[in-house]
Amino acid sequence: MRKKSLFRVIEPYLYLLPAMFFFVAFLFWPFIKTIWLSFAMTTPLGAVSSFVGLSNYISIFTSHEFRNSLIVSFEYAVMTVVCSIVIGFILAIISNEDIKGKNIFRTIYALPMAISAAAASVVFMFIFHSSLGILNKVLGTHIGWLTDPKYALGAVTIVTVWMNIGLNFIFLIAALQSVPMDLYESAAIEGAGFFAKHRHITIPCISPTLFFLLIINVINALQAYAQVKMMTQGGPSGSTNVIVYQIYQEAFMNSRFGMACAESIVLFLILMILTMFQFKLEKKVTY
Amino acid sequence: MNNKVVKYLLYILNIIFAIVIISPVIYCFNVSMMTMKEVFAGGFWSRQVMLDNYKKALQLAPFFTFIKNSLIVSCTVTFGQIVTGALAAYAFSMMKFRGRNALFLLMLATMMIPSQAIIIANYLIICDLGLKNTYTALIIPNAASAFAVFNMRQAFLQLPIEIKEAADIDGCGNFRFFYSIALPLVKPAMGALGIYIFLQSWNHYLWPLLVTDSVNMRTVQIGLGMLQGAESTDFRPVMAGSMIILIPSILAFVLGQKQLISGLTSGSVKG
Repeated sequence: MRKKSLFRVIEPYLYLLPAMFFFVAFLFWPFIKTIWLSFAMTTPLGAVSSFVGLSNYISIFTSHEFRNSLIVSFEYAVMTVVCSIVIGFILAIISNEDIKGKNIFRTIYALPMAISAAAASVVFMFIFHSSLGILNKVLGTHIGWLTDPKYALGAVTIVTVWMNIGLNFIFLIAALQSVPMDLYESAAIEGAGFFAKHRHITIPCISPTLFFLLIINVINALQAYAQVKMMTQGGPSGSTNVIVYQIYQEAFMNSRFGMACAESIVLFLILMILTMFQFKLEKKVTY
Repeated sequence: MNNKVVKYLLYILNIIFAIVIISPVIYCFNVSMMTMKEVFAGGFWSRQVMLDNYKKALQLAPFFTFIKNSLIVSCTVTFGQIVTGALAAYAFSMMKFRGRNALFLLMLATMMIPSQAIIIANYLIICDLGLKNTYTALIIPNAASAFAVFNMRQAFLQLPIEIKEAADIDGCGNFRFFYSIALPLVKPAMGALGIYIFLQSWNHYLWPLLVTDSVNMRTVQIGLGMLQGAESTDFRPVMAGSMIILIPSILAFVLGQKQLISGLTSGSVKG
């Protein structure tokens, strides 16, 4: 009898054990290790050789490269997030109407979420190719979309927006479908047109989803890596050197793991502030 | 009258957007069938069905090995996240115990740590354990996720509490209830989550790039990058390679689309 009740007490913890084990080993522990390394100089193999206090942080904030990568990441995040949400919203609106074939349209709009950054990157590399690419052929130009510092970040942004459309579309169409129909009906009686209807009813009703998507998109944009690595390698002249690419370069090209960890902590702090915003929001809107 | 105009406009807009969004995939498919002459001509369509570029892609890089690796990794990751997620979610939703709230908060906290910010430390840990170039290295950091725990918890919370009470009265043990009653009831949610995890894992890029450097351990995404690096002048085999790695993910998406959409959006903000 006593044995059974002891089992009852520990049983819930047994269910949690597997997940917790992985969280501790591959999330909390590396996180602590990242903080630890951010205060250290390391050997090229990543072992601590000496502790240097805040000097890694001082050198990253005085380094032109890192400050540039923060600016690039910021510009990139603003451009991708605004475009992804606006396009996702337009798609949700136009495919939420009562038209034939809307399921086909919806499948196509959601499809990019299944496509990997690597595949999207190689396809767009060819589309953007300066002499063979179809974009220059259609426009009749000879722009080096990926080799001209003026255009490279924009080109990487276009690829990312394309990949993001699916997820934004899915969340926005689900939100649209939860807007009470009677609001639209009474708007129709009052003679509100297509645009007035959406401006005064749809947008206020789905604003929690819009805000949720805003945060999610910013977090994703700040963690972008694959498209930069494949399409531009951070160039030309640092114009697409986003923060995660900068961290990767610092760690694996320059073997300065301490600096890379300090940069990771800065990334973490930025993302933490954004995530906290999101949790606050979710508490507010989940009834 | 006005309504009719709006409707036509909606059709036109939908068709334009659909074409723009799908065209990169179709273009990729077309280029993978083109001759060199067609590539230089710069058209959109290919005039023939031709598998030469696929053959060349397979010669340049061992895509079947990459696909095998990716399937092993993605399936194990999916299985791992669902098992660890379902078990933890069951405890959080169906059991009462000391420290439940604190542990739940700890779980929440894992969402605050983005994978890219700890990837260097994780890499060093894997190196220290001597696990570079193994399936274990590709799998274990992703074997559990807070997202899976939350999603499964959401599903369990939607089960009527009476079932659990009845089972308790009948003396049905927790594990038996979990395995033979609760899990079958949340199959749809589990399916949606599974597809999502599979897609994410299949599309992973940075982690497999870091922990593998031998060709026969690489995953499809890294393999595609390799192919692109090896073939800087001829894009056709690269496009063929893209099509090869896109097919499994597009298939998973189309088959699971409905569940995926309802599953992903139900746990989020209620607008």
